[in-house]
Amino acid sequence: MHLVYPAVLSVLLFCTGLYGVLARRNAILVLMSVELMLNAVNLNLVAFDVWLRDALHSGQALTLFTIAIAAAEIGIGLAIVLMVYRNRGTSDIDRLRDTAEGREPPGGPAPAEKAEATA
Amino acid sequence: MTLAHAVAQTGNGFLSPTGVEIAFLLVGVATLAAAVLTVTTRQLVHAALWLVVALGGLAVEYLLLTAEFIAWVQVLIYVGSVVVLLLFGLMLTKAPIGRSPDADSGNRAAALTVAAAAAAALVWVVVDAFRTTWIDLEGPAQGSTRVTGEILFRHWVLPFEALSVLLLAALVGAIVLSRRSPEGREGKS
Repeated sequence: MHLVYPAVLSVLLFCTGLYGVLARRNAILVLMSVELMLNAVNLNLVAFDVWLRDALHSGQALTLFTIAIAAAEIGIGLAIVLMVYRNRGTSDIDRLRDTAEGREPPGGPAPAEKAEATA
Repeated sequence: MTLAHAVAQTGNGFLSPTGVEIAFLLVGVATLAAAVLTVTTRQLVHAALWLVVALGGLAVEYLLLTAEFIAWVQVLIYVGSVVVLLLFGLMLTKAPIGRSPDADSGNRAAALTVAAAAAAALVWVVVDAFRTTWIDLEGPAQGSTRVTGEILFRHWVLPFEALSVLLLAALVGAIVLSRRSPEGREGKS
């Protein structure tokens, strides 16, 4: 098989995930795009491992490790998103601007929310 | 040398694709289309379901690359658990069923520009670098369960065990993060 096919597919999947991370507003959709990017990297690892015929099969071992780390990441990420949703009532990443510099949020509910979040 | 070798061996080329290459291309187009729909659809639940299609297509690609064990791990972990977790997350954050007009943020044009530029640059580099490289898929499967188990437990035991500790830490962390502390009282642990 031509090595360009898996490599180009992996590149295109990665860029699709990149677009999703940058353009999506809901935090869970951002997590889905991150999964797409991780899968693109996995496809690259498997393709190059099969191409190089590595005796240790480093690519496949790393792919398994990446899959496990992605599972851990999605668990922690969803827990954080759910906690943010419980504290703020929204999971839109555009509206979580407490640590943004330069722009003060109008009105006074921000300190109260912060106190509630840290409690 | 690789090009001459490959051409002399099987007559490889862009104009004479093998059956595996045709299958890879077809599944790849379906996977890419599902991925694009995942990041562009306005219905949040549909995004998760298109993600299932994309991840399943990737599992088929692993099978075509003779990495059987990884393909089944992909099906079990990604399609089986990660998507279910994502659907639960959508449900628990009260995601709207049906079209939600604000699924995309305001910087869509910038995101499209960045993604298109990255895709163009990377495709150019990758095609230029690996234009004359062929994968030899003949011989015994390189990713069968036997091979993967042997290399994993012969050469990669220490990272494997460290990874299990990491998974345990992530599990405990997720439980601690998502535990609701009782009203009016601070949680002890």
